[in-house]
Amino acid sequence: MVKVKFFAVLKGLVGKEEVAVEIEGGTTLGQLIEKLKIDLPPLKDIMQKGGILISVNQEVVEKDAVIQDGDEIAFLPPFAGG
Amino acid sequence: MDQDRIRVQTEDFGVEEETNKIKQCSKRIGGIVTFLGTARDFSKGQEINKMDFDHYPGMAEKKLAEIREQALKDYDIIDVTIIHRVGEIAIGENIVLIIVGAEHRKDAFRACSWCIDELKRITPIWKKETTPEGIVWVEEHP
Repeated sequence: MVKVKFFAVLKGLVGKEEVAVEIEGGTTLGQLIEKLKIDLPPLKDIMQKGGILISVNQEVVEKDAVIQDGDEIAFLPPFAGG
Repeated sequence: MDQDRIRVQTEDFGVEEETNKIKQCSKRIGGIVTFLGTARDFSKGQEINKMDFDHYPGMAEKKLAEIREQALKDYDIIDVTIIHRVGEIAIGENIVLIIVGAEHRKDAFRACSWCIDELKRITPIWKKETTPEGIVWVEEHP
């Protein structure tokens, strides 16, 4: 099971702040995104638009990263601090 | 000390109080450069009534700490404080404070400028502006 978080504008667009997802061993982040696009349809348009970074355990990673049980994944829209 | 130098908080901060902490950390400090970001009432041709900052708790602090560590390595400086406020912020209020203490001004200026650019680039903090036309999540960071 991994925890998936959505921040800022994504919270409203997806309609959820956090979901828990069962994964199989060896699942990549890319595969998780594809699964989430089915479970959470607004995510398809969001990812197509681009500009979203994804972190695993608070570090931004690429889609080929392998995720593990217990990981915390977050969808991060463009930053606007400062 | 590092924990006090890096903060993400809802409450306001005291610029003088934080400057004194930097000043007191070393008698070698000969120059202090401060960047204070405040909430303005106009952006992209629109009036702004208020703003709200969201952040990723844990990761935001981690990125600010990384920025501080990198600045201390890359520039000839003595200490750095980075504080960012989150939650609802009224027009005119403080948003972000970066204070860099160095022996000489040039390194302090350069490091301070690098820190705010880097903060905007890698720190998971987001801004929502309330305008007379509605609420907008800001996607650019000039």
